[in-house]
Amino acid sequence: MATSSKFFSKHGLLERHSLLLLIGIIIVVSIGGIVEIAPLFYLESTIEKVGGMRPYTPLELEGRDIYIREGCYLCHSQMIRPLKDEVERYGHYSLAAESMYDHPFQWGSERQGPDLARVGGKYSDAWHRDHLIDPRSVVPESIMPPYAFLEKKDLDYRDIGDKLRTMKAVGVPYTDAEVASAADDLRAQADPNLSDATLKAHYGAKVNARAFDGDPDRITEMDALIAYLQMLGTLVDFSTYKADAPANQR
Amino acid sequence: MVTIESKPPSGRSGEAVYFLVATVALALVAVAATAASKDPLFQFQGWIFTIAFTLGSFALAAGIASGKLASPQDRYSDNVIRAGVIATMFWGAAGMLVGCIIAAQLSWPRIFYFPDFGFLNFGRLRPLHTSAVIFAFGGNALIATSFWVVQRTCRARLFGGVAPWFVFWGYQLFIVLAGLGYLVGITQGQEYAEPEWATDLWLAIVWVTYLVVFLGTIWKRKEPHIYVANWFYLAFIVTIAILHIVNNLALPVNFLNHRSYEVWSGVQSALVQWWYGHNAVGFFLTAGFLGMMYYFIPKRAERPIYSYRLSIVHFWALIFIYIWAGPHHLHFTALPQWAQTLGMTFSIMLWMPSWGGMINGLMTLSGAWDKLRTDPVIRMLVVSLAFYGMSTFEGPVMSVRTVNALSHYTDWTIGHVHSGALGWVGFVTFGSVYCMVPWLWKKDRLYSNTLVEWHFWIATTGILLYITAMWVSGIMEGLMWREYTPQGFLAYSFVEVVAARHVEFVIRLVGGLMYLGGALIMIYNLWRTVQLPGSESAAHPANAVPAPLALAAE
Repeated sequence: MATSSKFFSKHGLLERHSLLLLIGIIIVVSIGGIVEIAPLFYLESTIEKVGGMRPYTPLELEGRDIYIREGCYLCHSQMIRPLKDEVERYGHYSLAAESMYDHPFQWGSERQGPDLARVGGKYSDAWHRDHLIDPRSVVPESIMPPYAFLEKKDLDYRDIGDKLRTMKAVGVPYTDAEVASAADDLRAQADPNLSDATLKAHYGAKVNARAFDGDPDRITEMDALIAYLQMLGTLVDFSTYKADAPANQR
Repeated sequence: MVTIESKPPSGRSGEAVYFLVATVALALVAVAATAASKDPLFQFQGWIFTIAFTLGSFALAAGIASGKLASPQDRYSDNVIRAGVIATMFWGAAGMLVGCIIAAQLSWPRIFYFPDFGFLNFGRLRPLHTSAVIFAFGGNALIATSFWVVQRTCRARLFGGVAPWFVFWGYQLFIVLAGLGYLVGITQGQEYAEPEWATDLWLAIVWVTYLVVFLGTIWKRKEPHIYVANWFYLAFIVTIAILHIVNNLALPVNFLNHRSYEVWSGVQSALVQWWYGHNAVGFFLTAGFLGMMYYFIPKRAERPIYSYRLSIVHFWALIFIYIWAGPHHLHFTALPQWAQTLGMTFSIMLWMPSWGGMINGLMTLSGAWDKLRTDPVIRMLVVSLAFYGMSTFEGPVMSVRTVNALSHYTDWTIGHVHSGALGWVGFVTFGSVYCMVPWLWKKDRLYSNTLVEWHFWIATTGILLYITAMWVSGIMEGLMWREYTPQGFLAYSFVEVVAARHVEFVIRLVGGLMYLGGALIMIYNLWRTVQLPGSESAAHPANAVPAPLALAAE
């Protein structure tokens, strides 16, 4: 009891000196964050080594910016948990590596709509277009908002070079050549009349290149968003990924 | 009331001149940047900045010229608190209204969506709702009450001359930039941290000024001890500064573009975000409002705080443990499991310091429990603690991995948030504002206690409808997702689960409308209170800093 009174009387020091109180608060609130967050940057096991991951193409990056602008992440997660029903419903559980180029992450916290981590390739471009224009035309019970305006708006990609340069500066491994030809690569992916040789040289032969919104004459926001959705979760080659390997146990 | 004829203080409005110079300079920078940019969204923000800084310059110039910006040290600075109370109620009603609109959208998507008005879609209104109620309603309530509490408990006028007004108007500018920004499509895509880099920078400046005003007032205090409410306010202000800066570290695409990319990515981005997000709950919505509780409950009940030692123990335990709890938002994700386990462990431990605060507040009513029957304001404050206790028990339960496997991604989380937000944050704010308005406007009483009763019962019923609907909806959702047929197939498609929740969506909307209705009744009641004839009785704390102490200083 005596020691406890002594402890509490010592606390009077903090109550009389605001700077000591301030410093005390800063120290106490810093510990947890440092212990939990700092190791994620140096523990090599944090992110699995996988084959197939590549940075977003310029068109996909613009599509991702539209996904963020419209707040899609507020209703759709991009994080499949390793639970039996989720894996059966959505596909292989999500790996840390699959969002390593996401600045910021888009895992989401709610599922007012289904998970989108592996939506790429599940539906046709035409389905996506119809669904985005009027969700209830293809899913009558849907509560999703309509995005008809995306098809009417030309994509503004004047800053796409700067966007790749900024992504490179925060750690995404774009090459100088990819940054330099960002606008050309963007057009090549959305316009079937252009050659996609440079695009595929930069981002691999698997890259989807077509008129995503069905209209080859214009590059619209609809093109960009569908291009992004159609690549989600398709990069990692799961035929070579060993989920049970010790290196992948986290 | 003691009215001391203040002699014009020497060098009055001196610091206002610096603010004027800064505001004019910022207005010029904003015009130049807006003109030079080719990005329409950047220009949109630029125009808001330009208009705000121009109006600010004129107001400051007019104030300096007329001498109205003097700050007599023998008077408390109360006008800025009055403005804060008005802003709190305005943004509160606006934010709740947006909440009702998006609840209606989920209930009847065919009616409440407009294909040609993309800016009214759920994805853009939802951050408007969350930011309006958390940062605009909650933030203004915290700033206004902290200004009241720190002056009264330190017996000192707010530090910094016009700086408190800069904090107030700067914060409103942040709200307008953020809110209108979401509507036109400016967001960085991090929940509860949606504003883009220019708005984030502005908030950082305002927030650091807030810290300086608060600390400066504590330095000027004429009481040897810093009162417990101020520990909580201080922890809230300084920790929010740290969280805001670290979670918003981003590189702009270019300095004339509204868009930026966060420096963190993937797993690291996720944990930094939920370290921020959970402590926005812990420090913005908990520590700050506990500061409010520690002043207004003892004051209204006219009883001392139940236990001084409990307040010390639960204060340090609360701020230490809260910081660790973030990873419980990331159970079963690609976050390494050691981090998930740490987050869960500390979330469970957090139950105790949270209840420490609840017990300290509730037990302060010892010997005054009869007031629950006679004073609807204190009932509101006490029920806020009951909701606080309930949601800080529910939180640790939901942080357990096996429970979280069911609750995560469902409406249960939304119900949990709202039992804390409507029950705790909302009610403790309403109670405190009901206390402060008669004090600030020098009235003996509120216009009508009956209307407070109506507010209390309508809002309480609304909260209960809201959270029970979300419990049913969320648990049903979680169970339906994992339901298998006897043949071993998933029993329900995703959209069947969406359709099954329609009734709960409608009940939630009714609950939300009731809560909004209660707030509107309150606004009417406060409006009539302000119009009551003034009072000269000593029933309310005077505006004058207690005279002997005021003379002792300086």
